[in-house]
Amino acid sequence: MNILDPQGPVAAADSAILIDSIAIMLAIVVPTIIAIFAFAFWFRASNTRARYLPDFAHSGRIELVVWSIPALTIILLGGVAWIGSHQLDPREPVPGTGSPVRVQVVSLDWKWLFIYPDQRVATVNSLTVPVGAPLQLDLTSSSVMNVFFVPQLASMIYTMNGMVTHLNMRADQEGNYQGLSAHFSGDGFPDMMFDVHVISPLDFPKWVEATAKSGKELTADSYKQLSQQSVETGRPTYRLPDPRLFDDIATQRIPPGPGPKLVENPAKPRPESGAASVR
Amino acid sequence: MLGKLTWAAIPFDQPIPLTVGAGVLVVLLAVIAWVVIAGHLPYLWREWITSVDHKRIGVMYCLLALVMLLRGGSDAIMMRAQQAIAFHSQGYLPPEHYNQIFSAHGTIMIFFVGMPFVIGLMNFVVPLQLGVRDVAFPTLNSVGFWLTATGALLVNISLVVGEFARTGWLPYPPLSELTYSPGVGVDYYLWSLEISGVGTLVAGINLVTTVLKLRTKGMTYLRMPVFCWTTLAANLLIIAAFPILTATLAMLILDRYLGFHFFTNEAGGNVMMFMNLIWAWGHPEVYILVLPAFGIYSEIVPAFSGKPLFGYRSMVMATMAICIISFCVWLHHFFTMGAGPNVNAIFGIASMIIAVPTGVKIYNWLFTMYGGRIRFATPMMWSVGFMVTFIIGGLTGVLVAVPPADFLLHNSMFLIAHFHNVIIGGVLFGAFAGYTYWFPKAFGFRLHEGWGKAGFWFTLTGFYLTFFPLYAAGFLGMTRRMQHYDVAEWRPWMIAAGVGMVLLSIGVLSQVVQLVVSIRDRNSVSLRDVTGDPWDGRSLEWSTASPPPVFNFAVLPDVEGEDAYWKIKSRAREQGLLRREPEYRDIEMPRNSPTGFVCAFFATIMGFALIWHIWWMVALGGVGAFATFVAFAWRDHDEYVIPAAEVARIDRANREARLAALRARSAA
Repeated sequence: MNILDPQGPVAAADSAILIDSIAIMLAIVVPTIIAIFAFAFWFRASNTRARYLPDFAHSGRIELVVWSIPALTIILLGGVAWIGSHQLDPREPVPGTGSPVRVQVVSLDWKWLFIYPDQRVATVNSLTVPVGAPLQLDLTSSSVMNVFFVPQLASMIYTMNGMVTHLNMRADQEGNYQGLSAHFSGDGFPDMMFDVHVISPLDFPKWVEATAKSGKELTADSYKQLSQQSVETGRPTYRLPDPRLFDDIATQRIPPGPGPKLVENPAKPRPESGAASVR
Repeated sequence: MLGKLTWAAIPFDQPIPLTVGAGVLVVLLAVIAWVVIAGHLPYLWREWITSVDHKRIGVMYCLLALVMLLRGGSDAIMMRAQQAIAFHSQGYLPPEHYNQIFSAHGTIMIFFVGMPFVIGLMNFVVPLQLGVRDVAFPTLNSVGFWLTATGALLVNISLVVGEFARTGWLPYPPLSELTYSPGVGVDYYLWSLEISGVGTLVAGINLVTTVLKLRTKGMTYLRMPVFCWTTLAANLLIIAAFPILTATLAMLILDRYLGFHFFTNEAGGNVMMFMNLIWAWGHPEVYILVLPAFGIYSEIVPAFSGKPLFGYRSMVMATMAICIISFCVWLHHFFTMGAGPNVNAIFGIASMIIAVPTGVKIYNWLFTMYGGRIRFATPMMWSVGFMVTFIIGGLTGVLVAVPPADFLLHNSMFLIAHFHNVIIGGVLFGAFAGYTYWFPKAFGFRLHEGWGKAGFWFTLTGFYLTFFPLYAAGFLGMTRRMQHYDVAEWRPWMIAAGVGMVLLSIGVLSQVVQLVVSIRDRNSVSLRDVTGDPWDGRSLEWSTASPPPVFNFAVLPDVEGEDAYWKIKSRAREQGLLRREPEYRDIEMPRNSPTGFVCAFFATIMGFALIWHIWWMVALGGVGAFATFVAFAWRDHDEYVIPAAEVARIDRANREARLAALRARSAA
């Protein structure tokens, strides 16, 4: 999950900017730290060789320099930030080989639902994508906020109920990666880990075919089941009879997730035992 | 009768909070019993609880901060232990408990450690530095303190009665809405901060007025010590920002109590509005904490370098620049929410611009050391430790202000490391530096140097060992608030951070020992401050006795330039004589008032009742608080007179001590 070992163009550009920015700043930070140690050591009271300048409190030249150094650094970094923000806007399409793959992501309490509207399949806690293809993600949340984050592949993006955010990305290496939520969402939050399988474009249709044969269907009713608070340790897959399901979720035609079911203690309402407990 | 409150609110099934709570209760009762039995209650009531003396109130603010630091620190130890253990397991804290702990840790450390610590130091020092006898509104000052204490008390009551918020230190909706957080935890959070927020706002108004209106003769703006400038800037920010917090939390209260829809998922509520509003307060808040700390360093570095602050006007300009720009950057807390590239880039660049005045400050402290004769007493150690640590925190801060870098680091352990780097390395080091520096002024004796240095070195190394591993964990994709995890590569860093936490705790413990040892040895020659100027200081607070008399200055000083006291002292040293004895006059001082304490007593009842929906008790508390206010407004006498003879007696004692020191110096 090392963000300095990116496996796609978006993460690679993000982490290149990260490293460049550190390098630019180290160029002034390191000399400054050395100067602090040097001045503190040399001008110690016990050092009789150091010059004592009891009235030295102003120097126009030094002040010009000390305002200029940080200002110039920030001008340089500001340029990096401006260009980087525009090039790496999550809404900006990412080029790739083959036709783009659309994935609709819903964060649930406390799992991730991935809907493939064109392939008519859906998965939970497991995202399978072809290598090299442009990936277009639309994201929303069934209830509280989360952040979709695959450290080696793409930028983070919030998921919010009643709203859709967008993320474009591409994976350049076949393999298995891990994703997680980067925004606290309640008791099951640490279990919101998901797998990302990057497979060859030839295997992708086969995977879709196999998934489409799965017994379960994702409909408004089974989605409501999913949106109950629970942790999912398996990797269930679904057929998707109605590709507009995501729109129904995002526009709240399917109401937001219910939150905890209450048991009798009004002081400290707890989830019902079993159904919603974490592990 | 008691609203939602039943016996089920007491966590009999959870041994940890119950034992801790019971322990605290026993200690508290023991202290109260001791105070009453030993007959200290009248003294405590007269000299502290009802005091409107800015020095006493400042000390009580700092005491509150230190006590709450131990509470927040215990939370930190529990969190680091949990993350060191909870690999492929649930650790020892279940999620509902762990989530309360990190929420309480953040809330306590910001609102009940950072805020009271800096407000306490400003309260104590600023009137002395300005050469005046008190703050502008002494009774209001007491009200502000006691309301802050009310907030802290409510947070601690939640430990044993009910629960605290499980939403993080900023309760982002919709998680904090009734649907997803039906318990009383969020209500404890909301009412604690609504009440203490009023206290903070009052303190802010008081200090701004003090700096703007109550300066001694000749104390023009550009002769004020930089600490007064940073106080002005920080309190202007309080006045501008805290009402936003109060209003935002009030909206969440309306959602939770009366079914409004400001931030709900349904009926047009907008969670993004909460994030914008809370950070429109939250980012200035960071500078409310760190600006006074910058002021403290600006006092300490010149004093221990034996020369004036380098670039005073630059410093003032940088302070006011930070004050203004800090309001233009809040969006950098959610670059990953999908705002467009223009918005992200503009807020990113605005955030970076703050680094310019901050960088200038670092260089000015650096050149203050240049050509100095630096004495490495404990306050100076904290200051140099701060300069190095804060630069690193500044670097990582500017890094997360670059939106594409933030796309990988937002909400990660890297971010946790960053803000602890600036808050511990900036605010806490500054508070400790100021505490050690002004302690002799407040109590008449210094703190023990050896234990202070032990505290410094353990805290510094402990800090690096705790938080640098978190930077690494952030690079490995670890996000914050993980109650458990299964990723093997994170584990070693969590263990390292746990070890660092041990050192950090030893550091805090050393300072507790330091306080105890210093109180024990307070009359020893090495600790006792006879003259009132133990550090060879430069500003006016060192021209009074330690501790200063209640009226601060027998005669208000006449200021002729920057470093007001240094000029007076240099002349005395040249001539071998003190200034001629002034003509003493009667001094009028404000009378004590229990208004603050009684007001806060009723506010506590009201807050507790609101949390538990006990409506008759809400009315009782509200009426009580209002009646207190009316009774205060109807007072006849609000001042008393200290006769000139008494003033003369007190001042002559200090003049004699100073004269003796002056003679000893010229003899040497």
